Amino acid sequence: MIVETAGLTKRYGENTVLSGLDLKVAEGSVLALLGPNGAGKTTTIRILSTLTRPDEGSARIAGFDVVRSPAAVRGVISLTGQYAAVDEEQTGRENLLMIARLRRFRRSAARVRTSELLERFQLPDVADRRVRTYSGGLRRRLDLAMSLVARPRLLFLDEPTTGLDPVSRTTMWDAVGDLVREGVTIFLTTQYLEEADRLADRIVVLDNGNVVADGTADALKNSVGGARLDLTFPSCEDAARAHVLVGGVTDGPTVSVPSDGSATHLHRVLDDLLTAGVRPDRVSTHRPTLDDVFTTLTGAAA
Amino acid sequence: MTVTLTLVGRSVRLSRRNLDLVIMSIVLPVMMMALFVYVFGGAVTAVESYVNYVVPGILVLCTGYGASSTAMAVADDMGRGVVDRFRSMPISAFAVLTGHVTASVARNAVATSAVVFAALLMGFRPPASPVAWVLAMGLLLIYVLALSWLTAGFGVVARSVESASMFGFFMLFLPYLSSAFVPVSTMPPWLRVVSEHQPVTPVIETVRALLTGSPVTSGWLAPAWSGGLLVVAFPLAVWLFRRISQR
Ligand SMILES: Nc1ncnc2c1ncn2[C@@H]1O[C@H](COP(=O)(O)OP(=O)(O)OP(=O)(O)O)[C@@H](O)[C@H]1O
Ligand SMILES: [Mg+2]
Repeated sequence: MIVETAGLTKRYGENTVLSGLDLKVAEGSVLALLGPNGAGKTTTIRILSTLTRPDEGSARIAGFDVVRSPAAVRGVISLTGQYAAVDEEQTGRENLLMIARLRRFRRSAARVRTSELLERFQLPDVADRRVRTYSGGLRRRLDLAMSLVARPRLLFLDEPTTGLDPVSRTTMWDAVGDLVREGVTIFLTTQYLEEADRLADRIVVLDNGNVVADGTADALKNSVGGARLDLTFPSCEDAARAHVLVGGVTDGPTVSVPSDGSATHLHRVLDDLLTAGVRPDRVSTHRPTLDDVFTTLTGAAA
Repeated sequence: MTVTLTLVGRSVRLSRRNLDLVIMSIVLPVMMMALFVYVFGGAVTAVESYVNYVVPGILVLCTGYGASSTAMAVADDMGRGVVDRFRSMPISAFAVLTGHVTASVARNAVATSAVVFAALLMGFRPPASPVAWVLAMGLLLIYVLALSWLTAGFGVVARSVESASMFGFFMLFLPYLSSAFVPVSTMPPWLRVVSEHQPVTPVIETVRALLTGSPVTSGWLAPAWSGGLLVVAFPLAVWLFRRISQR
């Protein structure tokens, strides 16, 4: 286990931000910490990356205690925080060179490593411009590149794609995928369920400092039930008649029926309706998404 | 050592690129000197050569601008994620402050040279020996170093760049209540008491005595003030910086 926490608790005054968090992350895996605003995601990452001390409980990174051996922990990890940690008045290249020097690369090795990273994150064109002039996506990419100057065993990514357009987001996901293939363990937080679905081996849902779910994306989806069929009719009267025939729940002109997602079930439902002369306009199957999981578990408004 | 040098390089580069900072710490003191020499100087008849009189005061005023900019630079860094990044790396993140203080001293050296050069153009003719120059600059250096560590510590605890700059205003105000611009003997008695007993006055008096070749009447008071401040301010900055990781 590269990350192991036991009873991790953090309070700010009266506000208990984390209450007894127990987490285990296997080396080489990707964990996504999911939760609404204020759930304690950033606080968890700050404790694990030695920036904040827990009030109670313990956390070990690669066997080193975050409070007692912060220096050893820092040798293992790299952090890309929620807000880009880059120097606005330095160029992208200068930012990377600086980190390389701080990571004790020799001057020439630092230059080589910087060029490699600029290349890898498609930044060469803007490398010599001040970061102040970068777009959000460029800045985020540079931020990640800076975290990878020395290859970490464990990488923390706090909301890596918040505010990015779909293209930049995909680029970021690809970069994370490459890291996983290289064997880097990823601990990320996100508000986007699609992101967790796509990247994570395991998802932990946090709400008010408590773990409310822990498992693979599929396991979480199954926990809130199976697929359903949405049938939309030309009028509410039709929908009411259909409701009598096939059950489920109505919402205006739409009737939702629980389903196993199979063609056979769809066929049977349509047969029943057409036989009775009720014709739906539209039919769609709906598989539960992590959004449903999220809404169900955290009680957040959809 | 590489870490400290890298972070010093960073701070110096950031200073050079911050136009406001360059103007505030270098152009402004030169303008202030022109203002005092040409606008107020004519009215001050209590001293023989006003330009000779006022240069030490301007040099100390410079340190105030420098100090204020250090507090702002540090507060700015603390507010961004940059310091968090450094603190999550296996380096002594405290070197961030060392970088800012070194850049501050460097900015001050440039400002001091600019002021002295401008003063020479305005008729500054100090009869000081080279040794006296070295002593005067050495004293200023210790004073600037002490002040910079103090303001760096303030920058760490300041919640924002704005509150950090408030501290600078305070530092800028002190020289006006000293013998920097007019002899203390021209002030009302109550103000004279304040002025004679605040730390800036002995520093100015000593630098002035050294540069004008008159006897140093305040003795060890100025180096003692500056050295003492340094001895307190440096560990204070270290302590404050370490403390933020307890939160
Ligand atoms: N330094 C601090 N002082 C006081 N309260 C804090 C501090 N840092 C965080 N909090 C509080 O702790 C709670 C959790 O914050 P945290 O930043 O961990 O949430 P988050 O899950 O990262 O949220 P978001 O999705 O908005 O980033 C919030 O209620 C926040 O107000
Ligand atoms: Mg957060």
